[in-house]
Amino acid sequence: MCDTCGCNLTPGNKHLAFKPVAKGATAVSVLKGLLAKNDDQAAHNRAHFDRRGILAINLMSSPGSGKTALLEATLVALKDEFTCAVIEGDLETENDAERIRAKGVQAHQIVTGTACHLDAHLVHDALHHMSLDGVDLLFIENVGNLVCPASFDLGQHLNVTLLSVTEGDDKPAKYPVMFRAADAMLLTKIDLLAVLDDFDCDKAEAHLRNLANPAPVMRLSARKELGMEAWYAWLREQLAAQRARVAVGQSRRPAIQSDGMKYHRVTA
Amino acid sequence: MHELAVAQALVEQVDAVIDQHNAAQASMIRVRIGPLAGVVPELLATAFPLAAAGSRMEHAALEFTHAPIRVRCQTCGLDTEAAMNRLVCGACGDWHTQLISGDELLLESVELATTPSLTPES
Repeated sequence: MCDTCGCNLTPGNKHLAFKPVAKGATAVSVLKGLLAKNDDQAAHNRAHFDRRGILAINLMSSPGSGKTALLEATLVALKDEFTCAVIEGDLETENDAERIRAKGVQAHQIVTGTACHLDAHLVHDALHHMSLDGVDLLFIENVGNLVCPASFDLGQHLNVTLLSVTEGDDKPAKYPVMFRAADAMLLTKIDLLAVLDDFDCDKAEAHLRNLANPAPVMRLSARKELGMEAWYAWLREQLAAQRARVAVGQSRRPAIQSDGMKYHRVTA
Repeated sequence: MHELAVAQALVEQVDAVIDQHNAAQASMIRVRIGPLAGVVPELLATAFPLAAAGSRMEHAALEFTHAPIRVRCQTCGLDTEAAMNRLVCGACGDWHTQLISGDELLLESVELATTPSLTPES
């Protein structure tokens, strides 16, 4: 689609395009996604991953819900099966990348300074500092934040959102934009359920379904190695699906975006 | 807080529209926004003057079209209105729905000044 000939006008959005205007001015209909520049870069990143047959996963959650601990356990468990690489996003410090490197896995730290989220350009710059040769799985650990990261496509194929049981089971209802974007929801630190009397895993799942999200919900503890097999099985399944897509020249965006697009999203 | 990044993206896009139409400046910018876009219109309106300072749209009015949240039920087929954290069918209550409106973040239209502005640049 383009911005010049009007081919981005459809019966659904035509009424938006023509509006009376004040004298001495012309109205120009644009109907372009506001984040089109980020989305273009994200598409470029995704094409880059697809060419190499890499599955890229964006991990999002509040700070301290266990994203890095999940990665540490996952990287060790899958060490002999897949080659993994990690991009870490934090406002400050190289700490998380060092924790990943200690497991013998390539990691690049993005230090955002004050920015509350990663965007497609930051990820693209990070890729230039990494060697993706032979990489099967790329994990992008977003800045710990349940708000901003949800609005920026990075070029990932899947969004995984973590919710630790110390947080409250109504988080999906409180942060619908974030949890609607999840392709899988992980309830983490479930070993602590025994000492918490206010977190109900079924309720958390019900709140997710209220967002019309069919994503699988996995309950696990990375530290105590509980429920991790289901997570590994899901990763294997998703990597196989990615390879099958790549073989026929297809790709995948996180579910939320492609679905919406069919109806009303106009991008250039 | 990410609204400033969105405002900067908006300024870049409007700038491209001004170029495309050989206009002097933009007088009105209309953004279509839905509650599920994850961008708060009030905050975007606050961030916009910062991002637009010194540009050809610094005096432009920023207006919003608020997109309603609507879902289409995959079970009963009806389109109904829904709440931000309850995207279930308003008719039958099923959660197997598809969002048909409410997550838009679009630059809808721009009004360009076709007559020379009151303070023409030399």
